[in-house]
Amino acid sequence: MDSPDAPSSEHVKPREVPYCGFCSLPPEYCEFGPTLEKCKHWLSRNDKVLYAILYNTLDDQLAAASLGETPEEDKKKAKEAAKIEKQLQKKMQSKVLIKRIERTKRKCVTSVFGLENFDVDLKKAAKLFANKFACGSSVTKNNQGNDEIVVQGDVSDEIFDLILEHWPIVPEDNIDLIEDKKKGK
Amino acid sequence: MFKKFNIKEDVTGHTQVKSSVQRAIRAKILEQYKEGIEGIIDDVMPKKSPLILMKCHEHINLIVMNNEVLFFNHFDGPYFPTLKLLHKYPNMLPRLQVDRGAIKFVMAGANIMCPGLTSKGARMDVSVPADAVVAITAEGKNEILAVGTTKMSTDDIKRINKNIGVETAHYLNDYLWKTVVDI
Repeated sequence: MDSPDAPSSEHVKPREVPYCGFCSLPPEYCEFGPTLEKCKHWLSRNDKVLYAILYNTLDDQLAAASLGETPEEDKKKAKEAAKIEKQLQKKMQSKVLIKRIERTKRKCVTSVFGLENFDVDLKKAAKLFANKFACGSSVTKNNQGNDEIVVQGDVSDEIFDLILEHWPIVPEDNIDLIEDKKKGK
Repeated sequence: MFKKFNIKEDVTGHTQVKSSVQRAIRAKILEQYKEGIEGIIDDVMPKKSPLILMKCHEHINLIVMNNEVLFFNHFDGPYFPTLKLLHKYPNMLPRLQVDRGAIKFVMAGANIMCPGLTSKGARMDVSVPADAVVAITAEGKNEILAVGTTKMSTDDIKRINKNIGVETAHYLNDYLWKTVVDI
């Protein structure tokens, strides 16, 4: 296999295939996904040339095709689109809580809750925090049975910045800082 | 195969395989695809990069390299390339084309019926025996739509023109397509 006499012309370069930023399909298949309108919008902003090629001819075809489509199918599609939309909205609304919990008088831990809603791998995140802050950090189940990351030490502000930097999909407004003081004995 | 699949729940474990196993997998893939892959195998699977085997439920194995799923197989069956890989190297597999009406069903996970391969918009330019791995393209599209195995030879598909022609293994927008591997 390492034969040096292999002609270089045989070397096939990988093709670059663009994928739709919205539904991840190759753009020419967007019309079969549930979110055509969104995909169109995305493509028109990101790849004008391809947009023109695909949709100028396609619109006519689509108009013809949709005539053949039964209203039932249309309904199904709309339902699916609504479902995806709802999921997205839910995702955008979910909060990330950064909580400072006092252990003793001058020692505390920081817990981060809700990162998993943004498709963050919690184990990876915990490791990252541990590396960054040189402290213990682990994924634990809290008493509601949900996973959260517990970081030893008061690093809430730093974590806030780190989350913004590392996972840009998390909107800044959705991160809440909370201080949880233990009641004095 | 991937109508329902969740990387978090359905993967029972992943290991970096021994180099001898890696060689065996590589040899099997080479044998399976012969001309289709000879020129590109070093690009697809560099010999030196670590190869990770993900075992999933129902005897599905995923072959992962550099956080990308390259191939998958079922039990001891043939290795199928994933669509992302096929889009990069579309000449790896013989291609059959289905008509426009079939796209919708294929993308919902249906097997490909013979009439979808023999009608006006469809094309079968190559002759393929039964039980071969083929890529499915579609009328008016450039990209590959699905991967599957033929249930009967192309000649039979033309002659019988009934029942399942190609069994779909992996199609656009199924759960394997959406899966992001991060190890």
